[in-house]
Amino acid sequence: MRSIPTALLGALLAVPALAQGTPVHDTLTGVKARGHLVCGVSGGVAGFSMPDGQGHWHGLDVDFCRALAAAIFDDPEKVRFIPQSSAARFTALQSGEIDVLARNTTWTLSRDTAAMNFPVITFFDGQGFLVRKSLNVTQVKQLDRATICLQQGTTTELNTADWFRTRGLSYQVVTFANSEQTLGAYESGRCDAYSTDKSSLYGERLKTAHPEEHVILDEAISKEPFAPGVRQGDDAWRDLVAWTHYAMVDAEEAGIGQANVDEQRQKTLSPDVKRLLGLEGRYGRGLGLTDDWAYRIVHHVGNYGDAFSRNLGEATPLKIPRGLNALWTRGGLQYGPPIR
Amino acid sequence: MSVVRETLLPPAPPPRRTGGALGWLRQNLFSGPGNTLTTLAILAALALLLPPVVRFLVTDAVWSGASGEACRPEVAGRPVGACWAFIGAKINYLVYGSYPAAERWRPNLFFALVAASAAWMLWLDAPRRGLGALFVFLAGPVLSYGLLSGSSVLGLVPVATSLWGGMLVTLVVSLVGIVAALPLGILLALGRRSDLPILRYACIGFIEFWRGVPLITVLFMANVMLPLFLPGDITVDRLVRPLVGIALFASAYMAEVVRGGLQAIPEGQGRAALALGLTRAQAMRLIVLPQALKVVVPGIVNTLIGLFKDTTLVSIVGIADFIRVLEAARADPRWSAPTIPATAYAFAALFYLAFCFSMARYAGFVERRLAAGERGRS
Repeated sequence: MRSIPTALLGALLAVPALAQGTPVHDTLTGVKARGHLVCGVSGGVAGFSMPDGQGHWHGLDVDFCRALAAAIFDDPEKVRFIPQSSAARFTALQSGEIDVLARNTTWTLSRDTAAMNFPVITFFDGQGFLVRKSLNVTQVKQLDRATICLQQGTTTELNTADWFRTRGLSYQVVTFANSEQTLGAYESGRCDAYSTDKSSLYGERLKTAHPEEHVILDEAISKEPFAPGVRQGDDAWRDLVAWTHYAMVDAEEAGIGQANVDEQRQKTLSPDVKRLLGLEGRYGRGLGLTDDWAYRIVHHVGNYGDAFSRNLGEATPLKIPRGLNALWTRGGLQYGPPIR
Repeated sequence: MSVVRETLLPPAPPPRRTGGALGWLRQNLFSGPGNTLTTLAILAALALLLPPVVRFLVTDAVWSGASGEACRPEVAGRPVGACWAFIGAKINYLVYGSYPAAERWRPNLFFALVAASAAWMLWLDAPRRGLGALFVFLAGPVLSYGLLSGSSVLGLVPVATSLWGGMLVTLVVSLVGIVAALPLGILLALGRRSDLPILRYACIGFIEFWRGVPLITVLFMANVMLPLFLPGDITVDRLVRPLVGIALFASAYMAEVVRGGLQAIPEGQGRAALALGLTRAQAMRLIVLPQALKVVVPGIVNTLIGLFKDTTLVSIVGIADFIRVLEAARADPRWSAPTIPATAYAFAALFYLAFCFSMARYAGFVERRLAAGERGRS
């Protein structure tokens, strides 16, 4: 979608800036021809996608898009981030405005069948609860007869209703239009708990006056698998998006990170690592890339653990534990199929 | 019989003062019980509202800090108001969006260009205002577009519009709306009063269509639906699409404002001009239009202020305007403290207030000046 610059005045007279566009059926060819990836992000979720003071983007979703760009172009900067509102995100993907939607979107059956494909789960989330430490609550079921603050028009309302009703517990819900009001109500003592996706609760807790007085319960009452979205009917692109994530997970499992990838590439003897880094076999061809595609990802962006700790983990103010997002070898759910 | 007074009357007390500060106060603020009560009520309200506002924005504000921690009361050791350190840390992003740091002189030059041409147009006695108008409405937009998006002719690195953001985008969107809406609106208003039926009905249709559709719908159509309708290999830049939408939308409103002015001018004016031997075009250009535009200065400025604030809607369709980047900047967990949302919104309010208030002041100035000319002539 590289547009030939047309004078603004011409544009005002509704003469469209014509340009060579992307044939919808082959995203990868289009991306390569254009010279950069266009990635739809949320534009303002702590740890997932947010710009810094200089307008440079950071976050787990952002790093995923950078990894994709690194695999294709060997340059993690060849990606444009377009913030998408939750209302417009699916249409933006369908209309070809973005190549991939990495906008902490929950993978659900209806979305999968109606609008798009979800190649891979990049983050396992669930609906959690923020409560005051002084309540001494450690499990959600102890919130019987509690008042819960929620944001309007989200699935959290339904999830909460389902969960409490099936367990015969009573509760009261107070809903608000946006997260500021919801958090404000929780802080002022209007509610005993504030519930939303766990990954957001860590950021919300930091906004309170005394973050150390609040605790996020370990338990999650719903499944919120965050997955990047791609258009239906482009299997090659779908494979590439999925394997970008798998390469990051496999690299972490093999102990290859951004810090040691260059060294390991020189001296590794493990055939697994050799295949991963493109020293053995021709595995990039199938994806329409060069054979060092996974090396490029790890070299420029890092493995999944690198991305996680840089954006969400202990090194950040969010301090989100790996939990379900730990490798399968450490009791988590992140599992990459073998590269062979 | 006549009486002659032989002694002087005792001196009467002086009349109540009407001059000086005290006199002014008495006359304007405490002239009767109703006025006195109103004055006291307003003073009480100000006394109630102003101190907390000043305390939040100035006295308790935190002006510097490396992270949001500096804006927490425990760390600052005092009650904390606005966290201006946050705005300071994010200011580059708020002004330029993701515009490459090395190329920021280009938006800066654009801002300077805008300021200079605004001064040229606004300073009524400036030399060669006709040339200025030509620049603002024709050369300026083309030059600014070349400057900001870059072109090989000028030897500038191309900067995709998806990297533009913040105040830059808000200013670009508003200026395009303003610069396009005035001439287009005047043409539409004239077309709507034309004697040629096809032209008239086309203009009526255009105006009623754009006035009848909410701006948000126009933006959604432009940014989300349009790419679905266009053939796959044709794309229009995603910033240009809402720009065109906003320009057309604003020109429909402007047309109706100008039409109001045209209707306010007695028909005799145009007839007299024709009787003096002017052509219809001359009569319109020299007699009717100047008077009509003068009448509707408040309406025009009203529309422009409305337009300036309406541009925030582009944030809904994924354009990184000022409000959008402010929201995005707030997501940073390193800068999360209780007062940061309030600080961000206070900053936005001050930004919009500064622009809208200056527009309103300029309109007031123009009106007074035009009214003075009226008095001088009669």
